[in-house]
Formats: sequence, C-alpha cells, structure tokens
Amino acid sequence: MTEFTTWDILRNLLLATRWTLLLSLVSFIGGSVVGLCLLWLRISPRAALRRLAKGYIELFQGTPLLMQLFIAFFGLGLFGIDVPAWLAAGVALVLWSAAFLAEIWRGCVEAIAKGQWEASASLGMGRLQQMRYVILPQALKIAIPPTVGFSVQVIKGTALTSIIGFVELSKAGTIVTNATFQPFTVYGLVALIYFALCWPLSKSSQILERKLNVAHRNH
Amino acid sequence: MSYQFDFLWLGEYWPQIAKGIAITGQLTLVGGVVGVSLGIACAWARALGPGFLKPVVGAYVELIRNTPFLIQLFFIFFGLPSLGVQLGELSAANLAMIINLGAYSCEIIRAGIQATPRGQFEAGASLAMTPFETFRHVVLVPSLQRIWPALSSQVVIVMLGSAVVSQIAVEDLTFAANFIQSRTFRAFEAYIVSTLIYLALAILLRQAMLALGGLVFPRRAAR
Repeated sequence: MTEFTTWDILRNLLLATRWTLLLSLVSFIGGSVVGLCLLWLRISPRAALRRLAKGYIELFQGTPLLMQLFIAFFGLGLFGIDVPAWLAAGVALVLWSAAFLAEIWRGCVEAIAKGQWEASASLGMGRLQQMRYVILPQALKIAIPPTVGFSVQVIKGTALTSIIGFVELSKAGTIVTNATFQPFTVYGLVALIYFALCWPLSKSSQILERKLNVAHRNH
Repeated sequence: MSYQFDFLWLGEYWPQIAKGIAITGQLTLVGGVVGVSLGIACAWARALGPGFLKPVVGAYVELIRNTPFLIQLFFIFFGLPSLGVQLGELSAANLAMIINLGAYSCEIIRAGIQATPRGQFEAGASLAMTPFETFRHVVLVPSLQRIWPALSSQVVIVMLGSAVVSQIAVEDLTFAANFIQSRTFRAFEAYIVSTLIYLALAILLRQAMLALGGLVFPRRAAR
C-alpha cells in the first residue's frame, strides 16, 4: 500500500484549488455582467420589467444553490443538451451570483439622493447617460465593500459544484480522502485553503467599509 | 424529440417528500434555536466579555465564516471520528448547522449590541445592575430587535444551505429529490418540485420569523 505524506495531500489539493479559483473568477465576472443587466431592469421606470427582475432575484435567493446546480446539470440533459459538469457549474453560479449582486447594487443605487437623478435629467441626460455619468460612479463607491464581501460567498459557493462532479478543491478533498483514509487531515487542509482564499477578501471588505464610511460619519 | 413532462410519480412518492420536508424543518428549527442562542453568547463574549475570550470567539467566527458549509459538514462527519468523536449523520448535520449559524448570528447580533447607546450601559450601572444584568435586561432585547430582519435572512440562508446535508445521507428534502430522481429518471420534474417547495419554505420561514419578531418585541413608543 502506498503511503501518502502530508505534502502529497497538500500538493494535490493545491492543484485542484486552481479550478476553484478559475470557477470563482468566471462566476464573479459573469455574474457581474448579468447582474448589471438585471440591475438595469430592477430599477427600470417600467413596472413590468421591475417585477420581472424582482421575481428572478427572489427565485434565486429563495432556493438552494444546490438545487439550481442540479437543475442545470440533470435537468437540461433531458432536453437533449449534453451538459458537462463544468458548464452546469458555471451557468448556475453565474445566474446565482447575478441575482445577489443585482440586489446588493440596487441598494447602492437607491442610496443615491433623488436630487442627483433630477439634476441630471434637468441637464437633458438620457437614462443611460444618467447611469453612466452620474449615478453609477457614486453608487460604485458604496458598492465596493459589499461586492468584495460577496466574492467570498462565490468562492464558498463553488464548493457545492463538487456534488455534481466538478473536480475543484472540495471534490479533490473527497478523492484524496478516499485514497488516503485521512479525512481529518485532508478536510482540515481543505478548510485552511478556503480560509486562506476567503479571509483576505473578508478582511479587505471590512477595511474598505470602514474607510469609505468616514465621509458619512458625521453623527 | 420533444420532452414530455410527467408529474404522475408525485402520487407514489409524496411520503418521501413529506418526510424530507419534516427533516429539513427539524434541522432548521434545532439549528435556528440553538444556533442563535450560541450566537447571542458569542456576541456577548466578543463585545462585552472578558479579554481572553475575545480572540477565541473571534477565531471561531472568522474560521466558520470563511470556509464552505459543505467542508464544515464533512470535517465534522468524516474528520472528527479520527479524534474519537463519532456522530450519526443527523447529529452531525445538526451540529454543523448550529456551529455555522452561531458564527454568522454572532456577527449580526454583535452589530446590534455595538449600536446600543452608551447611556444604556451607564443607566444600567447607575441602577446598581452588574454588567451581566445590564446586558440581560437592558441591552439584549433592543439589540435583537434592531437586527431582527438581518437575523431572519440569515436563518433562511441556513435553511437553504441545509440542502447539502443530503451528501452525508441525511434524508432531507434534497435527499428525497435525489431518491425520486434515481427511481423514476424524472430528474427535471423531481428537482423542479423540490425547488418550489424550498421556495415556499423560504417564504414561509421568513414570514414566521418576522411574525415572531412582532410578537416578542414590544412596540416601542416613537422616539
């Protein structure tokens, strides 16, 4: 029987971490793009579009991410679409992140004083111009800390893709455990790697929040 | 090659689904009550407790908040037995949810405690209350009231997160969906139905939490 050193375990886990990082990055960027479109609908002047976006957000926030992954993975396959695990994982995580990011950003946009909309409208700006030159630059500043904070949720969310068979850090943990019979060491290391990825982001989100809040601290 | 939807299996398999809902509900109830209690204790320790406790609780909170629930669950269920702690799958799932919600609710409740005006602590002290009595009678309830909406959302998030306990063979709603899927090959229908049940549970739980908040917290006069 082969003996595995701690280094063997760690090396294999670190190799799999690349996929966790890649999937997180794709989900976060894709989620931002879809989320921005969703935000546009969510704050649209037309009630039907607002309701549509609201329904989407509530659907994705009110159901388990695991179920969304299952539907993307097992469900779509039945329609004759061959869905590999990485594709299902990517699609589900992008749609899921989009819902959360749109809701976070909506709060930031709504925190911008109404006068800013009125002032920019009185300058004859169209809605796209208002967003592009007046609202979003100001909302961006408020949005950075919670957005960085949400990236931690995305990284942790990728762990669920192991269940549909995408080989990232968590799946590698299960595979290595099955080979070494050392669940305590392996899952402990897996947890530490996730911690090393997430903690700096959590911490910088907190620090940013404190820094950017200074301007508002006048009470 | 159009796909024919078929929900006829619902007639045969609804007992499994009902059992799954019951287990998910039980996990949420235990996790919610014990987890929030743990959160209150940790928030007290972190905001007002003795100096040696603060870094310990801080490390616990950071560790849990920055690792996936799935890994916490696997560590408890597969990892702890090598330390001699052998838990059944349901106890492991309960423990994981308590530890998880404990850490998240600690941070939420701590924010509520720290938003308490200093005068409240001073008023308590001037009535000859000990710091703990002040916390218990003066600070805690208004703090909880302040953060109740955020706490409610967190409980809903933990309920939805509990879907992964099916991975250690706890027979919750997700487990039922997987079971039906493997028996009937109706993956899409099984997951759609259980997803909608989760959605209904989330809406219900949120309303229940808000109703509980309205019941527990006295309406205060306009400030």
